[in-house]
Amino acid sequence: MAKKSSKDRLTNEINAGSMADIAFLLLIFFLVTTTIVQDKGITVKLPPWSEEEVDATKLKTRNVFSVLVNAQNQLLVRDEPANIEQLKDRAKEFIMNPRGQEDLAEKPTKAIISLKNDRGTNYETYLEVYNELKAAYNELWDEEAQSKYGTEYSDKMPREQKKAIKGKIPFVLSEAEPTSFGEEK
Amino acid sequence: MSKFSKKRGKSTPAISTASLPDIIFMLLFFFMVVTVLRDSSLMVKVNTPQASELTKLEEKSLVNYLYIGRPTDQYKEQYGTSPRLQLGDKFATVDDIPLFLEKHKIKVAENKRARITSSLKVDGDVTMGIVQDIKTQLRKSNQLKVNYSAKPKNE
Repeated sequence: MAKKSSKDRLTNEINAGSMADIAFLLLIFFLVTTTIVQDKGITVKLPPWSEEEVDATKLKTRNVFSVLVNAQNQLLVRDEPANIEQLKDRAKEFIMNPRGQEDLAEKPTKAIISLKNDRGTNYETYLEVYNELKAAYNELWDEEAQSKYGTEYSDKMPREQKKAIKGKIPFVLSEAEPTSFGEEK
Repeated sequence: MSKFSKKRGKSTPAISTASLPDIIFMLLFFFMVVTVLRDSSLMVKVNTPQASELTKLEEKSLVNYLYIGRPTDQYKEQYGTSPRLQLGDKFATVDDIPLFLEKHKIKVAENKRARITSSLKVDGDVTMGIVQDIKTQLRKSNQLKVNYSAKPKNE
């Protein structure tokens, strides 16, 4: 009798051992097909829309770092042709003005970067230029954070520290209305 | 003594793997939930440029996507090769942006609306004209937080 009952139990139990394999198969399928999309990019705060154009003539020329990009993707930095490789270092020098030169920004808070492009400029070039300018500021913030707080500049920093750094070296980039010489037809 | 050993001997069968599927299923469901299937198929070619100064987009629900690029081969005949804007899953013009933004906005809780970001997924090969028009339109509709989507630079 006892033997029979044990046999009964054996036949009633469904073997669930292969269930794990099936689930594994599905899991691996999802693991392989999932591309964890990394949504990264350059975050920009656009200026609010206003009808009147900002008058740049009131600013002292020494405080303005003008960058022009034409439809042939060539750069004109402070009225001289320039290379994109030098852009970051030139911008950094302009903002900080370590040797107190006459033609560079009076102080970082007064420095303004003015970016102007053509409607025919390639987006890739535009973003590259923007990236370099942002990199200049990021490096300056990093240096400031290193010397003041001994840490590198990151989003994890306390808010007051970040505010202090950004107050000392504010990111001011004004984008002028683009010219339309090389507009694609 | 004999009673003790007998009991022990009886209660050591193979470890039950019956809960293994449950664990695996849990993992499976996790991945199924996390996986974001792209909700709109791209009708324009978008190959974003590379950049180094990237920030991550935090909350997916607070992001709306604007695709700008040249129509893919499938749509070339119908729409030409000049850069176009795609909103959702169809071609759009600059004038459609305010409505698109508004449609996204009503789905977002009111206290989070200030943090809505527009992700511009722009092909590197596009000229700035259309991008500029879209930027102007975004400014006019008071959507000022913009993210130029880019790939990390491989050193």
